Amino acid sequence: MNVLSADLHIHSCLSPCADRAMVPSAVIAVAAERGLDMIAICDHNSAENAAPFRRVGEAAGIVVIDGMEITSREEVHLLALFPDDASAAAMQDEVHAHLPGENDPEFFGEQWIVDDEDRLVGESPRLLIGATEFTLDEIVDRVHRHGGLVIASHIERPSYSLLGQLGFVPPDLDLDGLETCADAETAGADLPFVRSSDAHRLDEIGTGRTEFLLEEGTLAEIALALKAEGGRRIVRTR
Amino acid sequence: MVLREIVAALGLDVLTGLASLDREVRGGYASDLMSDVLANAHEGDLWVTLQTHQNTVAVASMKALAGIVLVNARGPEDDTLARAKEEDLPLMVSPLPAFELIGRLYELGLRGTVT
Repeated sequence: MNVLSADLHIHSCLSPCADRAMVPSAVIAVAAERGLDMIAICDHNSAENAAPFRRVGEAAGIVVIDGMEITSREEVHLLALFPDDASAAAMQDEVHAHLPGENDPEFFGEQWIVDDEDRLVGESPRLLIGATEFTLDEIVDRVHRHGGLVIASHIERPSYSLLGQLGFVPPDLDLDGLETCADAETAGADLPFVRSSDAHRLDEIGTGRTEFLLEEGTLAEIALALKAEGGRRIVRTR
Repeated sequence: MVLREIVAALGLDVLTGLASLDREVRGGYASDLMSDVLANAHEGDLWVTLQTHQNTVAVASMKALAGIVLVNARGPEDDTLARAKEEDLPLMVSPLPAFELIGRLYELGLRGTVT
């Protein structure tokens, strides 16, 4: 087995709040330079850029997991990670059918859909920064039905986090893990912790990472590591 | 009512938007969910919230709200402050909890919209 260094929370230029420089070639180049083996592209309420990043990553030897950072109706951010393009697209359809509002780039920023060559091929008209109509439970259930994993985003932050919005981790919420993006107290929790960067700019990529002991870089292997099964495990976070 | 009068009456700490205190405040809205404010606040409303994320400024600007009052002496995040300054949006802080603050705004004559 191998130790793989992963940053499972990176935004692309599809997220209105992210830097316009977060295009496939640049993100993959920085990830490689910083010794990451695996990343996940997790834009707000959309996975439209995941596939081009995955293909560019593949060519450079970096595993890119299709992800989405879904906003619950409580305005809690949840990272959803998917085994393949089809499951991400299927969940995205459900999210988009329950995501009210239209984006106004003047106030929230532009939402670029790009191709493998970093070319702008479209813009999402949806209010991706907004909240879905789904409760936390509904998001967890739906992502699991598509074979994905759900990790509560940046729980140490006051805004858009499970702890910030609710003040506690609901004991019956079937999460696969919790994420921190800074040093935080993690002792005593019943769920595994990963650390990621939540990068919105190139220089933030890899500033939070999780080292996994895995057979290979796949979501199925990460799922095992989160449960510490089959010899897979989290080696450390930093 | 002009925002300046409310600031004076309630002793609000004005962090940004000093040049915009002559704005007319038409009503009030209280919520801690951005999606709710986007859906239900009205132009000219004074927004009472405990949320300190920079998206509050984007939401207030988009909805043309009169300003934001943070309750419980909450401090905004640095990027929230920078963005409010950039947009000249009045971002104010009260030491009072939301219930008390809203009660006093109501006493001053400010009303919400009941549909």
